[in-house]
Amino acid sequence: MSAQETVTTVPAELVAKVPLRERIRIRAGKILAYSLLIVVSAPIVVMYVWLFMQSISTRVLLGFVPQKLSLNNWRFLWSEVTIGVRAYTSIWPVVLNTFVFAIGVTLVVVLVSALSGFALSRFQFRGRTQLTQMTILLHAFPGVTLLIAIYYILFVLWKVPVIGPIIGLNSIWGVVFVKSALEIPMAAWIVKGFFDDIPWDIEWAAYVDGCSRLQAWRRVILPVVRPGIASVSIFAFLAGWSEFLYLFTFIFEQKNFTLSLYVKQLIGDFKFVDYGLLSAAALFYMLPPLLFFLFSQKSLLRVSFGGIKG
Amino acid sequence: MATEAAVIETLERRPTSLLARLKNFAVYVPFLGPFLFLVAAYFFLPVVITTALSFTGMDSKMQWDLVGLENFRRLFSDPIIPRIARNTATYVVFTCTFNVIFGFFLALLTTYFVQRESIGLIFRSIWLLPRMTPSVIYILMWQWFVSPTDLGFVNQILRAFGQPPQAWLARHPMPIVILVNGVIGASFGMIIFSAAIKSIPVDLIRAARIDGASDLAIVRRIIVPMLKWPIMFLTIWQTLSLLASYDYILLLTDGGPFYKSEVWALNAYHRAFSSLQFGYGASIALILVVVGVIATFIMLKLFGFERLMEPAKAGA
Repeated sequence: MSAQETVTTVPAELVAKVPLRERIRIRAGKILAYSLLIVVSAPIVVMYVWLFMQSISTRVLLGFVPQKLSLNNWRFLWSEVTIGVRAYTSIWPVVLNTFVFAIGVTLVVVLVSALSGFALSRFQFRGRTQLTQMTILLHAFPGVTLLIAIYYILFVLWKVPVIGPIIGLNSIWGVVFVKSALEIPMAAWIVKGFFDDIPWDIEWAAYVDGCSRLQAWRRVILPVVRPGIASVSIFAFLAGWSEFLYLFTFIFEQKNFTLSLYVKQLIGDFKFVDYGLLSAAALFYMLPPLLFFLFSQKSLLRVSFGGIKG
Repeated sequence: MATEAAVIETLERRPTSLLARLKNFAVYVPFLGPFLFLVAAYFFLPVVITTALSFTGMDSKMQWDLVGLENFRRLFSDPIIPRIARNTATYVVFTCTFNVIFGFFLALLTTYFVQRESIGLIFRSIWLLPRMTPSVIYILMWQWFVSPTDLGFVNQILRAFGQPPQAWLARHPMPIVILVNGVIGASFGMIIFSAAIKSIPVDLIRAARIDGASDLAIVRRIIVPMLKWPIMFLTIWQTLSLLASYDYILLLTDGGPFYKSEVWALNAYHRAFSSLQFGYGASIALILVVVGVIATFIMLKLFGFERLMEPAKAGA
């Protein structure tokens, strides 16, 4: 337990000496603090409870009380969803696309930041300081303002034969590179921090044994920073999994849709109509971040915060 | 240490011949090449293209026809622009204020007033949850919360008091947009401020308490002065990111109804991708790019490089 805990607590042997009025004041302060916290946090809790309850019942009273339990809302998992004239194809190709996108972002971010972070941490070259500073500035700069220009770049790439369909518009991998580029300044900086902590002796031993820089990086240095790489990978994966705007702007064919676009489309068509289906699909989409949140919520408040901009 | 220097010396010997220099250069290529390529392709090139595009009338045909300053002339006479500028100011100022104030109170309540660390952690986790939630789902929950039908949470409560349902989002789009973004931003403030409050030496607070200081006095005289830099940092950082990002507004109201919640960045997006006026859209975005570059350098001057990475290690 932290030292913070003792700040306002009065040691037991002193309690008797604290006047009654003072004790009431402390107690009242505590009650006030807790009730304030509960009141402002309640709406958030209500929303998540509703999401869950709604997904397993036909109607929910006040977001808490499910009426008539049913699994019909989860029908998108095993059948096509149709309402009116619009038919939604099976969700599984969409899930696959989402995995391709999120894993693609993870691979590119981890590989590129592990390489560049090493160079920024260890190499002695002219302009190293400037390059590190540029990385920081790029992290602070809001990349989303460049969306229109990036659309143009992807449009031009799209027209190029052979590579066009891979890295141009309407391609999952095209968006993977855009998203990765935005995440990389931050990731490279974090990875650089991990490399900075490695004793030089370890790297030196590799060179003495005849490794080249690339070999030393791959065989000796990378295994040591495995925990750091793991945390960068998780954040990159979640950032990719949750991505909406870039996919929404650059992908226009349904066969390349990811879950964020699928859910967005469902919302567009089913709003006010079928909250059951919506919440089930949303909950399904939310599973990876939710699982991560539940398992690591304690360390989440301590370790690095991923590529999220407030 | 002399031997170490010798090893570095052999690894990075100043090249003499051209061949040696090339070989030396080749060592860097795999390490920095991909990084520099991505940064050039998706940061620097787009800045150049945004600038160039804003002097063209590019539309859905994707042709470069130079129109000079026409887009900017249009920008200053566009009847909708003053309204969007006002919206943007309202949005940024109120959301930012909400973030700082709420972030401060959450941090104070969960670290100073709530003594049990585990309970503070539960509340901080609740506030972090929206940030971890994909934007599409977060907005779905809000759409239910303020839904105009009597399925919505607010309307269900109203009905319990015998009131008719209301179309909240259509009637008050901007306050809801501010609230939706504010809840996300408050958790950011909460984390930064919590870390700052936790770093205040406990002895300082104990000593004040023994001297008879009330909680209010401790907050005002010890905690708030310690938070001066984090508050300043948060304000500027949030202002910049609120100016530039619009995911949640796009999903919640799409700027409507009747431009009531349309902000500058979203307007650039709409011009480019709804009306397919890429040139005009780019000129609107260019203003944000310029603001972004200036704000980034102001932050650099104020906070220095190390502090600029603070959000990356928030709570560390």
